[in-house]
Amino acid sequence: MSTDLLATAETEWRLPSPRKVGLTLVILTESSLFTIFVVAYLFYLGKSLNGPYPWEVLEFPWLGSFFLFSSSGTVVVAEHRLKKGDKAGFELWWLITALLGLGFLIYTGAEWQHLIYHDGLTLSTNLFGSTFYSLVGLHASHVVVGLLLLTLILVASVTGNIQPRHHEHIEMISWYWHFVDGIWAVVVTVVYIIGMQH
Amino acid sequence: MRALIPRCWLLRERSVGKSCRTSIVLNHLYTRYSLATRGSGRGWLLVGFTVATFVGFLSSAPVAQAQDSTIRAVQNIFNPLSAPAETLYSVSILVMVVCAVIFLIVGGLLTYAIIRYRRRGPEDDHEEPPQVYGSAAIELAWTVPPILIVVMLVLVTARTIGEIEHHQMPAAAEEIRIIGHRFWWEVRYPKHDVVTANEIHVPLSSRTNRVPTEMVLESADVIHGFWVPQLNGKTMLVPNYRNTMWIEPYATGIYLGNCTVLCGQQHANMLIRVIVDTPDVYQKWLETQKAKPVSDPQTEEGRKQFVASSCGTCHTIQGTPGANGVFAPDLTHFASRATLGSGVAPNDEQNLRSWLKDPQTLKPGCLMPDMQLSDNQVNAILAYLRTLK
Amino acid sequence: MADPATLKEIGTELRPAPPGHEHGSLTAWIQDLIFTVDHKKLGFLYLGAGWMFFVLGGILALGIRTQIAVPNNHFMDAEAFNQAFTMHGTTMIFFFAMLMVFGLANYIVPLQIGARDMAFPRLNAFSFWATFFGGIFLFLSYIFGPGLYGMGAAPDASWFALAPLTSRAFSPGNNIDFWSLGLLVSGVGSITGGVNVMVTIFCYRTRGMTLYRMPLFTWLVLVTMFLVVMFMPPLSAAQIMLVLERFFGAKFFEAQAGGSPVLWQHFFWIFGHPEVYILVLPAFGVISEVVPVFSRKPIFGYPMMVAATVMIGFISAGVWAHHMFTIGMDSFSVTFFAFATFVIAIPTGIKIFNWLGTMFGGKIRFEIPMLFAIAFLFQFLIAGLTGIMLGCAPFDWQLNDSYFVIAHFHYVIVGGIVFGVFSGFYYWYPKATGRMLNKRLGLWNFWIFTIGFHLTFDPQHFLGILGMPRRIYTYQEGRGWEFFNMISTIGAFVQAVGAILFIVNMIYSARKGQVAGDDPWDAWTLEWMTSSPPPEYNFEQLPEVRSRRPLWDLKHPEDPDWKFE
Repeated sequence: MSTDLLATAETEWRLPSPRKVGLTLVILTESSLFTIFVVAYLFYLGKSLNGPYPWEVLEFPWLGSFFLFSSSGTVVVAEHRLKKGDKAGFELWWLITALLGLGFLIYTGAEWQHLIYHDGLTLSTNLFGSTFYSLVGLHASHVVVGLLLLTLILVASVTGNIQPRHHEHIEMISWYWHFVDGIWAVVVTVVYIIGMQH
Repeated sequence: MRALIPRCWLLRERSVGKSCRTSIVLNHLYTRYSLATRGSGRGWLLVGFTVATFVGFLSSAPVAQAQDSTIRAVQNIFNPLSAPAETLYSVSILVMVVCAVIFLIVGGLLTYAIIRYRRRGPEDDHEEPPQVYGSAAIELAWTVPPILIVVMLVLVTARTIGEIEHHQMPAAAEEIRIIGHRFWWEVRYPKHDVVTANEIHVPLSSRTNRVPTEMVLESADVIHGFWVPQLNGKTMLVPNYRNTMWIEPYATGIYLGNCTVLCGQQHANMLIRVIVDTPDVYQKWLETQKAKPVSDPQTEEGRKQFVASSCGTCHTIQGTPGANGVFAPDLTHFASRATLGSGVAPNDEQNLRSWLKDPQTLKPGCLMPDMQLSDNQVNAILAYLRTLK
Repeated sequence: MADPATLKEIGTELRPAPPGHEHGSLTAWIQDLIFTVDHKKLGFLYLGAGWMFFVLGGILALGIRTQIAVPNNHFMDAEAFNQAFTMHGTTMIFFFAMLMVFGLANYIVPLQIGARDMAFPRLNAFSFWATFFGGIFLFLSYIFGPGLYGMGAAPDASWFALAPLTSRAFSPGNNIDFWSLGLLVSGVGSITGGVNVMVTIFCYRTRGMTLYRMPLFTWLVLVTMFLVVMFMPPLSAAQIMLVLERFFGAKFFEAQAGGSPVLWQHFFWIFGHPEVYILVLPAFGVISEVVPVFSRKPIFGYPMMVAATVMIGFISAGVWAHHMFTIGMDSFSVTFFAFATFVIAIPTGIKIFNWLGTMFGGKIRFEIPMLFAIAFLFQFLIAGLTGIMLGCAPFDWQLNDSYFVIAHFHYVIVGGIVFGVFSGFYYWYPKATGRMLNKRLGLWNFWIFTIGFHLTFDPQHFLGILGMPRRIYTYQEGRGWEFFNMISTIGAFVQAVGAILFIVNMIYSARKGQVAGDDPWDAWTLEWMTSSPPPEYNFEQLPEVRSRRPLWDLKHPEDPDWKFE
């Protein structure tokens, strides 16, 4: 029955890669999730009934942003190395990326510690505290996931389980990492640049 | 609980003036009718009766001196008795007519297609019908009318929204602040320094002498909704927000309504009674509410018990030291109200006794706890409360 | 995907079964259901779980209707009633209708696009089990919550759980926690499921199946899943906030800290309105398959149908605040959202016209799926028109939160979605089981359910007009509500009989039904090309398509569709 149909093979049949489509959709759905937290933060700016207020306690995260944004560059270099078959180079740059991510997390941890113990700002202090920690924390949890993925790949690569033909898998992880970076750009703008004026 | 509430007490008359005899007769007919009739048109017939009751009242009442106790229990949105409700009604009718026409046309076409193009026996299976894939012309043709209808509806809607929301209040307008609590309504008259609860008195308006009432709606705890269909649409009472709506009733009587937003266990018994009075009656009512309650020496014991039993922690009675709570209805003129517990039962001795013994009997889940009062305490407080006219 | 030849070998391979796994043993069957990653078995699991929740939600509905059948009734107390309608709404939306959507999508979509399975089969199993356990968790609240009156602590703040009623101050028990955590878990399942279905549709279509040749059911599922992916997260985000608020003292919606209860409503309805389309679009999809097949004509205006669907998907993102007309919005916002609501009627209208156009000039066969489809068309027409009435903001100020709204959305959800689901079941049951559903039982099911439906929900329109608000557990006599409530309750029980007949039919026909054959309806899409039930690998050889109706091309080589498309 189906042979009739097969006989009329006409053109080449190409479909997009499931990994790429899937990850794009994951990024879409995550963006939607972040949007709600961003909206909540913006909506409640200047509406907290008691301090501390953003302008009192926030400091622009130069170092953290530097770590995270530069890691987006190093992950591209690593990916490029793998495509060229330079496994050692890949592992080096991949390691640097992971360390930069870790640096970001340490920076955020220090920032939170200061906010909690020095400024007395916790999740339950006021509207600002709730929206700040939930948005920044949601982002940080994505960095944690990204870091786990990076480590996993590094271990797999060191043990010889990553080959140049896996470059699409690696590319997907770098997409995710870029997304985490992009979200940070939004968070920095909203939480710090806009937020610090309130 | 059933035994405590007589059947259909909503439609019972409270204070019967001579002038409202006709309306009573009609009301009784109406009650009986509403219990006896069976038929899908009953709702509309009820409306007819409501109107008849109203007309009967008007014809028999030259100038009402007493409060009109017609109870407008059936709140049909298509029988508006207030200016904004009438505006909503007219746009509603327009939209309904448009929808009905669409239904007749599309439903008719569907029915036609089903009958005309049905399979007519097995011989129909030999050949497939002509395979038609679509037609740009036809599809365009049936896209245009919906667009035109939408444009029309949007314009009408926008106009009505403006009419209701940007309504200018005349200087004579009455102003009421209504604060929703679980599960009762706090009612304040800032112009007159009057505070009451659950039964909202407003002045009668007319098309020639307009006396609208502006309502400021706020909430003390969760979201509530204020809805008396014959007076206006509903508006939510949201904590931290200040909503307003206005009514301009054209007929006296007692309008029943409900809280429309789930606010907890007793949401269903958070009932509204809006009492529309003629200006004279309204003024008289305001005077009595402003007056200090008469302290009858005979009920002094009840007054003491009221304070001693901590009732005053939540309830206020003006002029009574130790009774200035704000969590529960103001009881200064409690005996002048027709109902208990936000409309859950008539305010008579039997119900009040039950309420004082344990409020959870009449209104299970309400926030007034069982105060474990002894019979003597109940009797004393009951006697005291009954004097707070 | 591997090439067809190897797959065929795997399918026909004979392996000795280990002990306890012999074919036909109960343990083997259960193990198979638990560990399966096959899209058809997962489809069955989704649908079976969905009907289980339907029965639970239905029992709650009967309880609700019994309580308010007469005034001052004491069948349930206030708390039990609040729990009943909250659980009824939550169950029917998230654990019946959603599971039907995913079940049908899981079973039918890979078959319709000529794929061997979903893109990520293990993720598929994860999605199902997350959703399923979310629902089970929700119902465990009836047992494990430390509730009053021995009723457990089921959620009791209605299915849209308005803040601040859900805060610790006003809901001190664990009721709301069961609600938010259960839906959070099932939400994750829905989102991953949505991604999976979309990837399958984009990346696993068979040779020649361009987007422009996809069956309409698949198209509608695609748009649905896009809505799932985009608009489930707002609900999850709002619920994360609620959980943070209840467990960690965060302040999001708490009025005393300056928070806005209105924000919760925005977040909820940004999800809530697209959710309506998430549920109804697959039902549209079923109708778009059934109407052409039983009218013996291709769908009228395929490109318009697709365009209208995509339009509905987009516009549905911009109408959410019409659920909030009574919140005290400024007149500009009210006008805007009323406008957007009217606009969405245009593509919906186009769809109804196109179904009508398909029936015109056809030879309509009144099989059971078509009967449900015709009832769907009438009922959805009415639902749409009452929707326009509600979209007109001034009218909505009267009708919002009244029984008119209840009647309206039950017309959409029961009259539309459930009828669509019934139609789909009668249509695809032969494919999935190899046997036809019994026609006589089917006719009884159709008529009793339809009559019950109208008895239940038609009077509720009048209740709303007479000022009856929703969610009240009791009312006093004399408000003019007694008669309509009584009719409505009677109707609910009639409907229950209809639904039971359906379930009886499904069980009875699985064993005793007439053997269907591969293509009992003489239909045109790819799922009818393979055997009934389809083998594990779906198609012996992946077919190639050249038009929207590949089986028409096969059956009518002298007049194939691809000459005209």
